[in-house]
Amino acid sequence: MTGLLKRVLHSRMAFALACLILVLLLNVVVTTATSGSPGSFFKIALTNGTLNGPLITILNRSSELVILAIGMTIVVSCSKGVDISVGGVMALSGSVSIWLLGFGQLPQNDYHVKAYVVPLVVGLLAALVVGLLAGLWNGFLVAKLRIQPMVATLILFTAGRGAAKVVGFGQIDKVDVPSYKWLGNFFTDAAGRNVLPIPTPILVAAVVVVVAAVLLRFTALGMNIQSVGINDKASRIVGLKSSQIILLAFVFCGACAAIAGMIATSRIYGIDANNIGKNIELDAILAVALGGNSLGGGKFSLAGSVVGAITIQALTTVLYSINVSADQLPLYKAIVVVIIVVLQSPDLRPMVNRAVGALGRVFRRPAATSDLVAQEGA
Amino acid sequence: MKKQITVAGLAALMALSLAGCGTNNGGGTTPPPTTDTSTSTDTATSSTGYNLQVKDVNGDGIITVGFAQVGAESGWRTANTQSYKDYFVEANGFKLVFADANQDPDKQKQDVRDLIAQGVEVIDLAPVTDSGWEPVLQEAKDAGIPVVISDRQLSVSDDLYLTYFGGDMYAEGQRVTDFLKTYMASNNITTANIVHLQGTIGSTAQIGRSKALTEAAAANNWNIVYEQTGEFTQAKGQEVMESFLQQNKDFNIIYSENDDMTYGAIAALQAAGKDPKSYVIVSFDGNKSAVQMVVDGTIKAIGQCNPLLGPQVGDLIKKSMNGEAIPKITYSQEVLIDSTNAAEQLKTAFGS
Repeated sequence: MTGLLKRVLHSRMAFALACLILVLLLNVVVTTATSGSPGSFFKIALTNGTLNGPLITILNRSSELVILAIGMTIVVSCSKGVDISVGGVMALSGSVSIWLLGFGQLPQNDYHVKAYVVPLVVGLLAALVVGLLAGLWNGFLVAKLRIQPMVATLILFTAGRGAAKVVGFGQIDKVDVPSYKWLGNFFTDAAGRNVLPIPTPILVAAVVVVVAAVLLRFTALGMNIQSVGINDKASRIVGLKSSQIILLAFVFCGACAAIAGMIATSRIYGIDANNIGKNIELDAILAVALGGNSLGGGKFSLAGSVVGAITIQALTTVLYSINVSADQLPLYKAIVVVIIVVLQSPDLRPMVNRAVGALGRVFRRPAATSDLVAQEGA
Repeated sequence: MKKQITVAGLAALMALSLAGCGTNNGGGTTPPPTTDTSTSTDTATSSTGYNLQVKDVNGDGIITVGFAQVGAESGWRTANTQSYKDYFVEANGFKLVFADANQDPDKQKQDVRDLIAQGVEVIDLAPVTDSGWEPVLQEAKDAGIPVVISDRQLSVSDDLYLTYFGGDMYAEGQRVTDFLKTYMASNNITTANIVHLQGTIGSTAQIGRSKALTEAAAANNWNIVYEQTGEFTQAKGQEVMESFLQQNKDFNIIYSENDDMTYGAIAALQAAGKDPKSYVIVSFDGNKSAVQMVVDGTIKAIGQCNPLLGPQVGDLIKKSMNGEAIPKITYSQEVLIDSTNAAEQLKTAFGS
């Protein structure tokens, strides 16, 4: 029993979950205080064909981050570095898809897509291709040219957004066709009624999580990625192609960024290259860290990263709810992050254990001597 | 690691030396910024410290106007740029040199210096940020080039520029709060619970529009139940509105400081299964889509912010050429758009 408890307490996943529960409790307290009824945070209602409630809002809002965190986890695990280009890739893939959907018509139509020039699916595939290519480029720099991941991805971190502005004519390009809103809002029928009551981003995030989990659990891929991260020379010696695995990880992360970019552009049915995915790379890295994954690579937990991403969004939501101004948000986030990261530090635990142990010895000493006496007597 | 530090050090040194050049060229002393330029200076005429006027320096009969624009971040900005490009053409006696700062304040300062070096005859500056402009404006003044500040106000001494021209954000806010007052009276709405979506904190538009609401709320006993910045973007407007809706608080009015945030708030209402038309939504700017929503009844009123400043700036420049005194602040013509004039306004609405 104690062994199991110890395992649970020492597992990083448990810690990530504890953080999430803590932030959710904060949410409960705040919503109770503002709305007056204790259960209102957990209330999920179906109104006019949409499921809504605080939990749905948090899950919906965290979708992009969950998707990015999964890509980031893989990259961190095998390359021991981070991909900071995900925000830039989101912007670029989103603007390429809108550029293609309104091919040749944007400037004449006040930068609006009035009707698709190519089918929606082609536009979305184009976004995915952009993400894959961006990932291929990052992976090439890291795996083949052996450039540090942060430096390599710095290129698209800046250039991605710049290129997105060029592709989008420097404007906020919008799409007026209703079906474009599907991915970021709800699936609707011709009359504008919701077909599914669940916000689409939640479904997309769930699909990405399941696909990634299946790929990593039920194939050797997950183990290969971890072994490359733990010791890439040893992995090469036993026959793994380290550089190929790292390349693949970046390509996967690029695809995740493209999917997140599609959702974010669909939410506002337009591309705002200046603001889409701004600073989201930091949140994605944070989600990985909160999930108990070492940024030094090696073993990883996808579930931890997903929980980390939801925690960050839950925190953002609660801060908005208590009227923390959006421009002050990073400060409060930073405070919480410092606390969580310090608590997670591997060096802290022995320190705490030593302190607890020292305290314990002080109190246990008399008992110990009496034990000794009893033994001698026997 | 050591190499990286060296590189960073070098970059910092370069930046420092560049900044040094700037201030030296600027003539050494920079005048202290005045504290209050936002109100009650309408009637003040050109102060004695600034006696430049627009002249056809090269005598070709055409005035070359250098336009340092913020960027192209919104439909408003696009329409603003287009009005300059349409008006400052040779047929009207002008030539336009256009510099796009891409929302980068440092690039914009370099843009203005480039315009000075090119020897344009007047500069129109729509500043990205309101700080650090003294040396650059002093350089323009030393070069004898008058500067018109447009769209966003600067807190610099008024002997550094010819005139400010743009919208009166406070008056726009007052037009909308006056509308709310009459709308509530005529629809028998007795309590006002307002959600206030603010623009980017510290921007001219946010300060003026927020001030109008704060004052009206105090005067009329309106409750502001939620106040949060949506940073003038649709995505952020939607996100903060969603967060607010979680709280299940009563509200009946949404005061959103630009159209983009309004679109976001409407999307958030729809996602929560609420009908936007059952709320009193008021907005600012007057993009075509937003004016269409006034026609449809989704938005009740818009405080127009006119982006078509080109011709009006042209008039000011012509006045200056004739040696007329120009007030330090001129506001552009703007109206309130509601159900009575929305159909008419839709024909001339800017953007999309």
